[in-house]
Amino acid sequence: MQETTANRVAANATSSFTEHLQRERPDLMPFGQVRFNQLPAAHPAAPLQAPHGTTIVAMTYAGGVLMAGDRRATMGNVIASRHIEKVFPADQYSVLGIAGTAGIALDITRLFQVELEHYEKIEGTLLSLDGKANRLGAMVRGNLPMAMQGLAVVPLFAGFDRPAGFGRLFSYDVTGGRYEEQEHHAVGSGSMFARGALKKLWRPGLSEQDAVAVAVEALYDAADDDSATGGPDPVRQLWPVVYIVNRTGAFRVPDRDLAAVAGRVIESRAVAQREA
Amino acid sequence: MTQQFYVSPEQLMKDRADFARKGIARGRSVVVISCRDGIALVAENASPSLHKIGEIYDKIAFAAVGKYNEFESLRQAGVRYADVRGYSYDREDVTARGLASVYAQSLGAVFTAEQKPFEVELAVAEVGQIQEADHLYRLTFDGSIADEHGFIVMGGQADKVSEAVAAGWQGELDFAGAIRLALAGLVADKETTTLPVSALEVAVLDRGSESGRGTRRAFRRLEDPDIVALLAEEK
Repeated sequence: MQETTANRVAANATSSFTEHLQRERPDLMPFGQVRFNQLPAAHPAAPLQAPHGTTIVAMTYAGGVLMAGDRRATMGNVIASRHIEKVFPADQYSVLGIAGTAGIALDITRLFQVELEHYEKIEGTLLSLDGKANRLGAMVRGNLPMAMQGLAVVPLFAGFDRPAGFGRLFSYDVTGGRYEEQEHHAVGSGSMFARGALKKLWRPGLSEQDAVAVAVEALYDAADDDSATGGPDPVRQLWPVVYIVNRTGAFRVPDRDLAAVAGRVIESRAVAQREA
Repeated sequence: MTQQFYVSPEQLMKDRADFARKGIARGRSVVVISCRDGIALVAENASPSLHKIGEIYDKIAFAAVGKYNEFESLRQAGVRYADVRGYSYDREDVTARGLASVYAQSLGAVFTAEQKPFEVELAVAEVGQIQEADHLYRLTFDGSIADEHGFIVMGGQADKVSEAVAAGWQGELDFAGAIRLALAGLVADKETTTLPVSALEVAVLDRGSESGRGTRRAFRRLEDPDIVALLAEEK
C-alpha cells in the first residue's frame, strides 16, 4: 500500500529529541547501540573498569524539593575524581542526580536536558512533571543492555509540580521502573547510610536552610561509612552540589553557604568527641 | 501522452518568484531590531498561539512571514538542526551562520525542485556579547541569504515599514525604544497610529541573560502585560 504524504508527515512529526536522534543519528545515542542478541554470550572475565558515581540524596521541604550529591567518583578501590558533579538542573523546574557508571550517566543527563528543552521549543510549552519523569524512565530502560554488562545508571529525579503547587521525587530501577517517593530518598552506594540519617533528621515542613543542612549531614553520614562517597573536603574547599527547586525555579546553593553548613556539621561532630 | 509546452528557464524562475512574492506580501510585517540591550523581534500577529517568532537555541531566534505551515516546518527543522549540533559538538558551536546556510540550501532546493516555492521569508538573529557581534540574516524564498546590519523588515508593505524603521534606528536604543520604533514602523502602512497590544507578538534576545537572569537561554517571549509595562516606561 502506498503511504500517503499526510501519513508520512504525521509519522515524522515528533516533539522528542530522543526519537529524532534515534531516527537520524543513532550513533549519537548514549545507549541502544548494542542489541541484546549482539551481547557477548558469556560474562567477561573481569567487569569493565569505569568510574562510578555514588551517593545522591533528595527530600521535600516546605517550599519545594532539594537534591544533593557528593563529589566523588570511584573506579574499584581508586578515587577516579574528587570534583565530579552529579546533580544537574534538567530544566527550569526540575533537577536530576545520577548514580552509577559516570560516563553513560553524564550522557543520559545531557540527552535528557536537550530532550526537555527541545520539547519546550517545538511545542511552546513545558512538559508536565509526570511526562518528564516518564521520559527519564524510558532512557534508563534504553540503557538496560548496558546495565546487564555492569554499566548501570540509576537516576533520581525531583521537580516542582507547578499545577499541583508542591515538589515531587521520583526514583528508578535499572529496568526503567519509575517510583514516586514520599518525603525523602537516596540512591547510590552510600544511600543506605544516607537514608538512615534522613529518617532521623528529616521532618515535615523543613525550611530551606534546614533542608540544606539535613542534606549535607546525610551525605556526611554516608561518607563516614561508605568508602565510595566523598565527605566535605575543607582542604580542597570541595562541598556537595546542592540544588533547590521551588515555585520560582531551580537554583544551585552557593559554595560559601555550603562551606558554612558543612563547617557546622563537622564542628558539631567534633565537639561531641564521640564515635560519630 | 501530452506534449508539454516549452517554457524558458528564465520565465519559469520569474513566475515562481512572482508567485512567492505575492504570497509573502499578503501577510503582515515582522520587524527585527538589534539594539543596546539585545535584539527585539516584533510581529503583527493576532493569534496568541500561532507564533511567527520562535526560539531556536541559546542565542538564536527565528522570525518569519508567509505561510504558517511552511515556516513552521522550517522552524522545527531549525530547532532539530541546532539541538543535534549542540548535542554532538558543544552548545557554543551552534551559530546563526550555520543555521542560516542550512536554511538557504533548503529554500534554494525547494525553489528549484518542488512543485511550488515556499511562500516565506525568514530572519535568523543571533545576539552577541557586544552589539557589534550581533548577527542578522535575511533569507528569501529562493534561498538568497543576506547579512543585514541593524534591523530587518519582512512581509506586508515592507518598503514603507522599512523606511519608518530606518529613520529612527540607532544602536543606542534599549528594548523599550526598539519596540516603540518597531511599532512606529508597523503602523506606517496603516491609517491608525497605534496597534493594540493583543495584536502584537513580541520577543527579545536578551544580551545580559546570563548575568541578569542566570540563564544561557537569551530568548524571552513578552506577554501582553510585559509589553504594556515596557512601553509605559519613561522615554
